[in-house]
Amino acid sequence: MASWKGRDILSIRDLSRGDIELVLKAARRMAPIAEGEKSSKSLEGKILATLFFEPSTRTRLSFESAMIRLGGGVLGFSNVEGTSVQKGETLADTVRMVEGYADVIVLRHPHEGAARLAAEFTERPVINAGDGAGQHPTQTLQDLYTIWDERGKIEGLNIALVGDLKYGRTVHSIATALAGFGASLTLVSPPGLEMPWEIVEEVKATGTPVSTTHRLEDVVPTADVLYVTRIQKERFPDPQEYQKVAGSYRVDLPLLREAKKDMIVLHPLPRVTEIDPAVDRTPHAKYFRQAFNAVPVRMALLEMVLGVG
Amino acid sequence: MIDHIPAGMALKVLKILGIDEAVSSTVTVAMHVPSKAMSWKDIVKVEDRELSPREVDKIALIAPKASVNVIRNYNVAEKHVVRLPDRAVGILRCGNPNCITNLREPVETDFFVKPGEPPRAACRYCDRVVEDIPAAIV
Ligand SMILES: [Zn+2]
Repeated sequence: MASWKGRDILSIRDLSRGDIELVLKAARRMAPIAEGEKSSKSLEGKILATLFFEPSTRTRLSFESAMIRLGGGVLGFSNVEGTSVQKGETLADTVRMVEGYADVIVLRHPHEGAARLAAEFTERPVINAGDGAGQHPTQTLQDLYTIWDERGKIEGLNIALVGDLKYGRTVHSIATALAGFGASLTLVSPPGLEMPWEIVEEVKATGTPVSTTHRLEDVVPTADVLYVTRIQKERFPDPQEYQKVAGSYRVDLPLLREAKKDMIVLHPLPRVTEIDPAVDRTPHAKYFRQAFNAVPVRMALLEMVLGVG
Repeated sequence: MIDHIPAGMALKVLKILGIDEAVSSTVTVAMHVPSKAMSWKDIVKVEDRELSPREVDKIALIAPKASVNVIRNYNVAEKHVVRLPDRAVGILRCGNPNCITNLREPVETDFFVKPGEPPRAACRYCDRVVEDIPAAIV
């Protein structure tokens, strides 16, 4: 296992199952601190730089909350307006400059591969907080943590990924990560928005059972986890077609009548119409918990890459 | 002399070697020549010219079976088959317009290369697979 101190977190593929399990366990220890029940000074004197070349308020705030909860400081920018980036500075130069001001760098960038490039220009650990349509490993870790924390395990669970499985990077990353954990996958998408075959092949190559369907109602009785994603209107040239599809992929109370008692519903949020607000009051709804889990997972990563804990 | 170039790739090889009207030595190109091993092939012969390692890597990407013969005094002095590199650094352009290597950053492109017919190259930065390797050569 690679040493954690100074390690870059660029892609979920760079992490082995053992690595991920360490993060999950560390995140669970962080939960009481993330909730404000306990306090910690473990990162006192350390500084996190959040370099957001495009806005993503939720991601940035969860990283900043994580750092502050552990007693550390935060600096950075939330968009490029008014920075030297706007004057044409390269990412390589920005990173070399920031290196002098911070101990760990979190980067959000509109271009794919930006985090890997940034990591090559600094000795400081770089955490990828989303690069274009590329990787967003801390989000995947947050999703894995939610499943593991709520269900006590991942192996052997029947996990249904629902919605736009073609374009959603979130769902591609979670599919390949779950495959490494011995879950079985059911892929539920409207026709034309199926999971790309390369990813299905990659998942199957790990020995993970995969089944595919267009009908959400068929998978609800056997699923342990429903991971629901947004179906974007822009994917449909015909608005009526969109209405029809959106309607048949909506999670509501009648649909959940068939579900196992301990089945959980996840969603990376924001949701539009995929989950009826009435579902929020059921014990199945775990998507707000999933959103909160961003903080303990990022606390765990910050401690680990800074060599603390 | 570069032999066993896939038929139709000779002009691409000339481009890799930077051969244009200004070249001062004799260049001979044979296109669509019968071949035992590959049914049809191209051959390129350039006098007074040795290949740099980067040029050999580029040729290997478009002609993985090519052989390079160094001819001195009308005899084949050296003969070797090109070897497909497992990394292609600075010799391919990433086809993803949104890839960080297509911005003005101080890095060379870098691809993982896997053998095959044709070989497969994937960008180390954005994971994008090159669809048309000959067209992507810098
Ligand atoms: Zn690329």
